[in-house]
Amino acid sequence: MKLMWFHLMPYTELPDDFNKKHPSVWVDIHSSLFDPRRAHHMYNDFMDELEYAAEMGFDAVCVNEHHSNGYGLMPSPNLIASSLARRTTDTALCVMGNSLALYNPPTRVAEEFAMIDCISGGRLIAGFPVGSPMDTCYAYGQNPSLLRERYYEAHDLVKKAWTEKDTFAFSGRFNQQRYVNIWPRPIQNDPHPPIWIPGGGSVETWRWCAEMDYVYCYLSYYGYKAGLTTMNGFWNEMAKLGKDRNPYRAGFLQFVGVAESRQQALDLYSEPAEYFYGRCLHVDSRFALPPGYTTEATQRAGIEGMMTKAANLANPATKAALKATNMKDIVDGGYVIIGSPDEVVEQVRHVATSLNVGHLMLLLQYGNMSKDTTKYNTRLFAEKVMPKVKDVFSGWEDKWWPKPMARGQRASVPAFRPQSVAAE
Amino acid sequence: MSEPKTETVEVNGFPCRVWSKGQGPKVGFLAGLGGLPRWLPFLDELARTRTVIAPSLPGYPGATGHSVLDTHLDWILAVHQLLEKAGLSGADLVGASVGGSFAAEMAAIFPRSVGKLALIAPFGLFDEAEPAADPWAQRRDAVAAAMCADPRNWEQLVAAPEGANSIEWPIEMVRAAEAAARAFWPLGNTKLEKRLPLIGAPTLIVWGEQDRILPPSYAKKFADGIKGATRVQTIAGAGHLAYLDKPEAVAKAILTHIS
Repeated sequence: MKLMWFHLMPYTELPDDFNKKHPSVWVDIHSSLFDPRRAHHMYNDFMDELEYAAEMGFDAVCVNEHHSNGYGLMPSPNLIASSLARRTTDTALCVMGNSLALYNPPTRVAEEFAMIDCISGGRLIAGFPVGSPMDTCYAYGQNPSLLRERYYEAHDLVKKAWTEKDTFAFSGRFNQQRYVNIWPRPIQNDPHPPIWIPGGGSVETWRWCAEMDYVYCYLSYYGYKAGLTTMNGFWNEMAKLGKDRNPYRAGFLQFVGVAESRQQALDLYSEPAEYFYGRCLHVDSRFALPPGYTTEATQRAGIEGMMTKAANLANPATKAALKATNMKDIVDGGYVIIGSPDEVVEQVRHVATSLNVGHLMLLLQYGNMSKDTTKYNTRLFAEKVMPKVKDVFSGWEDKWWPKPMARGQRASVPAFRPQSVAAE
Repeated sequence: MSEPKTETVEVNGFPCRVWSKGQGPKVGFLAGLGGLPRWLPFLDELARTRTVIAPSLPGYPGATGHSVLDTHLDWILAVHQLLEKAGLSGADLVGASVGGSFAAEMAAIFPRSVGKLALIAPFGLFDEAEPAADPWAQRRDAVAAAMCADPRNWEQLVAAPEGANSIEWPIEMVRAAEAAARAFWPLGNTKLEKRLPLIGAPTLIVWGEQDRILPPSYAKKFADGIKGATRVQTIAGAGHLAYLDKPEAVAKAILTHIS
């Protein structure tokens, strides 16, 4: 299986009384809470952590896009990915991803992803989320009733821009371009960089992923127990469509805290986990459900109770309702897996096999976790957990993984030597 | 309260319900946020002396077809077709909220298709100095009080009637909100101010004194922008959907204007 190291880049210094004094961590979070000089250190710590994860042998490092968000400081994940392209060598770069409907024209995504693919020597995984209501409809003012149609059209345009050899005209419902001809072009051109789709539990998304042969990723913050219904729904749908159960068709997000013992893990990770589930997910419910964001088919499925649980989990308003904010409930609910290395091994194997997920995206930094603790968690996972779980799904081929240039053909990047160190 | 007559017309190949009731000269009504999930006492007031014709906007209860309307021009042409097919060409026209904005567009762009015009807290303008509230970012328990001075009036509008399909009814209510959002997201600003000077019809502008969506001060912006004779009437005790809060007072003001 693939073990991927995911960073959300949360602002780590939201005040203790944040939930009392502020209605939302997202959309209208107050600017007075943001200290750019502190953020300078946060960004640099976070990028250190991503580079460290690559060094420790994780298969990929993952970044994502959020706007006006106190737990996600990456309006442009591409900026971080381009830096990682230079500071890592063999690790896949998973940009999870660019919300296609927010780019005008969407060929901007085709271009920037092609740049990252070129700079990195073909290590890009291209994630195409629709984007959350908060990011797209509220922070970016996109029309919820048009968002999905725009998304699908932007997808068609980006894909064509990557694969069409000649300059072409695109006459879409929302996008009109006379001359589409992106420079640069992605290294991964057979036919294009792997496309992964993070989504909620909607049947339409599952069907689309199957039809397009894309990886479906369920990026819930609520762990493997809550995720089971959704992933079962996904695999049932794959079976109906005659697709095999190759676990690499799927990705799943899981928080983990590993330490020498379960008690030490509780001591180390309770504060950052409670910070995340308490402050970072404190989202005003008025931004949860812009009309039109959820398709009528998904609403109907939810109401009919055919797949009530999956649909409800896809619904941010219901998510908020089942939110636990103390460590006991967080751990009991499976939001965060904690324990000694062997206990974590057992749980990770269980998550992978019970959900049948070959791409496990791990959050080993969350909330206000310090760089030291993050590196400790990352190192322990890499040294003591990873070797004992890598064999899971070894019988399956991952057809959705980047195919970079051969190592010997790739540029060698000179080692980074900070001036200040040289001067000392 | 007797039932209205129901007909269906097609706009862009999608069905739109047209309700009618009463006698006398025709008057059209384009509803506000939430549409017309049920017939209203306000419409009965108008129907005493007029033939009230209430076509459902695409996506509103009783109608679909919002999903093919991508631009404001698409919407304007759809509403124009709807009025023609509902037999409202040249008739007096009343529009509220979302429907009010379209009624104003009709009078501006197709002046011969509208007789006298009455606008109840219409959408279409946005003033950064006096921002309108966001009707699509309200906590669930705050929606009713945003729509009406008396929240019970909104709750009554959207409550599922006995025998309603328990799956389709809530979806229809969301669809009405989506249709309005599709046309007016994110600010309700369709740059209608550019077209107000084209309105020559005598226009009554009605505003609920307690409108918590669109500031009542917007009434003057409409009155100042419209070329034809205008009069502003504020309704005490009424919110954004003033015709739900004060059906008699609003109907009386309108009947006085169009008589």
